[in-house]
Amino acid sequence: MIRIKRAHVLIAALAAALCVPAAGVGAGNGLPSTIGKGEGQLNLVAWVGYAQPQWVKPFTKATGCAVHAKYAGSSDEMVTLMRSGGGSQYDMVSASGDASLRLIYGGDVQPVNVNLIPDWKHFIPQLKSPSHNTVKGQHYGVSLQWGPNTLLYNTKKVKPAPKSWSAIYDSKYKGKVTVPDNPIQIADAALYLSKSQPSLGIKDPYELNQKQFDAAVALLKKQRPLIKKYWATAADQIDLFKNGEAVVGATWPYQTNTLRAAKVPVKDLIPREGATGWADTWMLSAKAKHPNCAYMWLKWISTPKVQAQQAIYFGETPANPLACPIMDQLAKGSAAQYHCGASAAYFRSIKFWKTPIADCGNGSKDCMDYTKWQQAWTQLKG
Amino acid sequence: MRAARLRTSGFFWRHRWAKALLLLAPPLLAFALVYLAALVALFVSSFWTVDPFTTELKHIWNIDNYRTLWQSSAYRSIALRTIGIAAAVTLTDAVLAFPFGYFMARIASGRSRTFLFIAVLLPLWSSYLIRVYIWRLILNQDGVLNWFLGSVGLPPVHLAYTNWAVWIVFSYVWLPFMILPVFGALERIPHSYIEASRDLGASGWSTFRRVVLPLALPGVVAGSIFTFALTLGDYVTPLLAGGAGSQFIGNVVYESVGISNNVPFAAAFAAVPLVVMAIYLTIARRLGAFEAL
Repeated sequence: MIRIKRAHVLIAALAAALCVPAAGVGAGNGLPSTIGKGEGQLNLVAWVGYAQPQWVKPFTKATGCAVHAKYAGSSDEMVTLMRSGGGSQYDMVSASGDASLRLIYGGDVQPVNVNLIPDWKHFIPQLKSPSHNTVKGQHYGVSLQWGPNTLLYNTKKVKPAPKSWSAIYDSKYKGKVTVPDNPIQIADAALYLSKSQPSLGIKDPYELNQKQFDAAVALLKKQRPLIKKYWATAADQIDLFKNGEAVVGATWPYQTNTLRAAKVPVKDLIPREGATGWADTWMLSAKAKHPNCAYMWLKWISTPKVQAQQAIYFGETPANPLACPIMDQLAKGSAAQYHCGASAAYFRSIKFWKTPIADCGNGSKDCMDYTKWQQAWTQLKG
Repeated sequence: MRAARLRTSGFFWRHRWAKALLLLAPPLLAFALVYLAALVALFVSSFWTVDPFTTELKHIWNIDNYRTLWQSSAYRSIALRTIGIAAAVTLTDAVLAFPFGYFMARIASGRSRTFLFIAVLLPLWSSYLIRVYIWRLILNQDGVLNWFLGSVGLPPVHLAYTNWAVWIVFSYVWLPFMILPVFGALERIPHSYIEASRDLGASGWSTFRRVVLPLALPGVVAGSIFTFALTLGDYVTPLLAGGAGSQFIGNVVYESVGISNNVPFAAAFAAVPLVVMAIYLTIARRLGAFEAL
């Protein structure tokens, strides 16, 4: 079996190398103007659930590009993976906003021609050229999906139903709390503090001065004895809720869907303080070996049907609003449940992940940069 | 042709050292290139740094990584936890392995000895990961252990995802590495020594204390090198069986490389177990562990 597959790939690669020129080069700006013939394979770094057979299989059938996905558990891991092996090991990454700028400024990704992606012009306006993937008018990738990080709880064990993020800082559930093992979790604490302690003056949970940062870290230090486990992978958290080791925690909708499918009595919600969230972009490695397959993937993943499938599978909102009616066809009520085609106000209410940097726009460069976040996180985990 | 061959073999006959050199050169070369060069690269890179925003490697010489390690109480407590649990695991395994090894070496008959040998080695034939996951199933809130405790009327224990779980799992997975050298050391004690001791009027306990134990000690120390070093370098068990405060040096190294892309810091922290092991091996050598290996 394996031998056949390898031979297949080899022949396809050979064919691509011999007879077909790579993607045609456009006028002046160095971007391809057409998509050439596929190279036979495509290597992705993705969030879990982003390369499901449901939409990968038909893609491979239609294009001949065999998809190999490596799942990453955090944005930091994605950045590291994209640099592994000199940066040519993976063709694409489904980077969230806290990874995309690091990849752009690190020179790890290349600009893409959005005109080759027909569905791009249907995207909601906020995600056509968002600042997390478009720099100086250059598009470094195509937006994908977005959504909030939610509060997950066991409906049998947690009563009354929580309405605030205070549930994960409350000693009532000592030893039963689980939150992501990720420095960006400091922003969740900051978001909670921005409402519960307005005197700190936190406006953006990713732009924290020393005092605000210390307050957020102190809150997380206080939370630490309540934590059963900092979850590193979605599967970890699913296990914890399944076997009753954890009853409340911060999650992605993916885990909620998986747990509910397994008949575990859980629910998730966006608490009254609002939520942090992600807006993901498929980005193209600067040294991608399979750029044509990558462009085909960008095209494929932006089509309404695939957008709808992925949105329902993971529990997130598609960038392409044409997906909304299809979502309802696939699962009644899912478009409303996952805010498909939501208002601009709802979009604004989510504090999307971005990389914290020292210069946060007030001119004094006194914000805590991401290294500080990482150090603080390692130290408070202990 | 034949003459040439004779000349060569004559040369090697006259110069024994040349034969030894020729035999040893390939493995020595591999050892130097693969093993020592990697260690040197590790050490050198620990004096570099990374760009905080893009996490690209910067070849600027400094000792910041070591300073961070020294000054931060978190890294100190991680190092102490790692060493402490490694020591606890070693002690536990020694206590468990000694009677087992003694029974195997001195009491069991030939056939039951073979059976015990297989029993000790059997877990090593299954995947390490599977064994850790099975312990997770045993220790879970509604796992086998609590089910058992409940059925005999005892209150449940909360061991899953704690340092206790890490200690138990480590003690389990490294036990064979302690039993085998202890068994070896006990088997080598000539029976006549024990007979002589009894003939001279020593009680069973003092024979054990003054004859068997001192002669078996190098075996225990040899086993402890394995259990201690293996625990010191592991990161999988703390990751899977541990909880919120179960980070080992290995976990910080893994996260520094795999997640933060900070190889220099990982290299600096990885130097800590190297130093600890160097000290440990020095002591072990004094106790005669290398003769018992």
